[in-house]
Amino acid sequence: MQYLVSVIDDKTGSATPTEMAAINAFNDRLEAGGHWVFAGGLGSPSTATVIDNRSGEALFTDGPFLETKEYIAGFWIIEAPDLDVALKLAAEGSKACNRKVEVRPFL
Amino acid sequence: MSVVDVREAITQAHHEEWARLVAALTRRFGDLDIAEEAAAEAFAAAVERWPADGVPPNPGAWLTTTANRKAIDRIRRENKRDDKQKEAQMLYDDDPPEPLDAIDDERLRLIFTCCHPALAMETRVALTLRMVGGLTVPEIARAFLVQEATMGRRITRAKAKIKAARIPYRVPSAEDLPARVSGVLAVLFLVFNEGYLATGPDTDPVRHDLTAEAIRLTRLIRALMPEDGEVAGLLALMLLTEARRTARVSASGELVALDEQDRGAWDAALVAEGHRLVRERLAAGVAPGRYQILAAINAVHTSARDVRDTDWSQVVALYDQLVRLDPSPIIALNRAVAVAELDGPEVALAALDRLEDTLAGYHAYHATRADLLRRLGCTQKARAAYDKAIELAGNTAETAYLTRRRDQLG
Repeated sequence: MQYLVSVIDDKTGSATPTEMAAINAFNDRLEAGGHWVFAGGLGSPSTATVIDNRSGEALFTDGPFLETKEYIAGFWIIEAPDLDVALKLAAEGSKACNRKVEVRPFL
Repeated sequence: MSVVDVREAITQAHHEEWARLVAALTRRFGDLDIAEEAAAEAFAAAVERWPADGVPPNPGAWLTTTANRKAIDRIRRENKRDDKQKEAQMLYDDDPPEPLDAIDDERLRLIFTCCHPALAMETRVALTLRMVGGLTVPEIARAFLVQEATMGRRITRAKAKIKAARIPYRVPSAEDLPARVSGVLAVLFLVFNEGYLATGPDTDPVRHDLTAEAIRLTRLIRALMPEDGEVAGLLALMLLTEARRTARVSASGELVALDEQDRGAWDAALVAEGHRLVRERLAAGVAPGRYQILAAINAVHTSARDVRDTDWSQVVALYDQLVRLDPSPIIALNRAVAVAELDGPEVALAALDRLEDTLAGYHAYHATRADLLRRLGCTQKARAAYDKAIELAGNTAETAYLTRRRDQLG
């Protein structure tokens, strides 16, 4: 079972050196425990482009599809047997990156 | 066997077997939705078949077999991508009935899943009442003062989340247990209250099955966590309330208020056990939580042989302590009832006026107000308040009591 752990923030790439060190240590623990799938930080929503090719003619729109004050600044994809394990890992992740996180299951 | 006997047998089976059935089905099929539906269909089949075929010698076994068949039917219907091996396994799973202890744990598993912290508190309560308590959606909606459709959606969403996010079906590990228990206690207290003040025109005023179930499950959790003060507090609170159960409803089905109860009819063993638990917590010397304070309030009431012996200053002091922990309007309402005894009805009425905005839709607010106005001789206002309370009250014994008090106004 995989879960998306989104990091919620109102800016991107803003982790302090201490936070980065904690994130790296957490990533190592994820790998050691067999929970690591993928992780990454994202550029700000203003760097996004929305593409709509439903009509066969790709339409590009500058900016995010939804303007919000807070957004996904980065994420982990973790492997966990159930939500209890995922929530524990996400709690550790929230502490490490010093941000709120949201856990959502993959289908 | 008469139609009434069969209906009673079905009601009894529902009270006794529902949670067990849902818990076992969930374990077997790994899906709350299937478990709930199959359990409900099994009871629907009983309603249809038992009047003609007679009540089976072992209703629980009949319901289990029927529900299993219904669940398998549904899985077959839905699962065209047939996992034949799995289906065969389900079909030939004829395990002997599990021993009683395992069944108890099974229900506990169901409770912890329904009370998972990833679910909103109101959802946990609703889900537990439905899946463990076996209450219908309209009954639960009434207990929460929300619309039936809203409650139905809440339960459906919760089941979908449990499945999609894979909330585990198990009792939490020892390290997680304390944190998970307080949510469970809140839920059990609500189940107890629904039993103690059951709602619905055709429902018994006190549903002993629900109060007994809440007590049974709370005892089970106490056995798991004997050091937890709030578990002990909740159990004491339930026991001291349950002790007054028979004295609380008259032979004619009318609510008997605490001050009019025959205190000799209280269950002395339950009172003694409740008092023992309260003393145990006092001796622990740890700051009490809300259930321990509520238990202590009930210990004061049940210590008085006559209502005139009640130590009201102690009751008000305990409520003051409780308000600091839980500044909810319902606690403030109950405090006002005690204040009326200590400082008089005018003072209590003034306190009640401040609660009108939040409690205008709550029958107990109007019932309390009516009583205070009656004591102050404001007959007209008292009558209007009784009318409002009767209109909002869902419990038959309470309605009868309020109606008599109104009609006695003269």
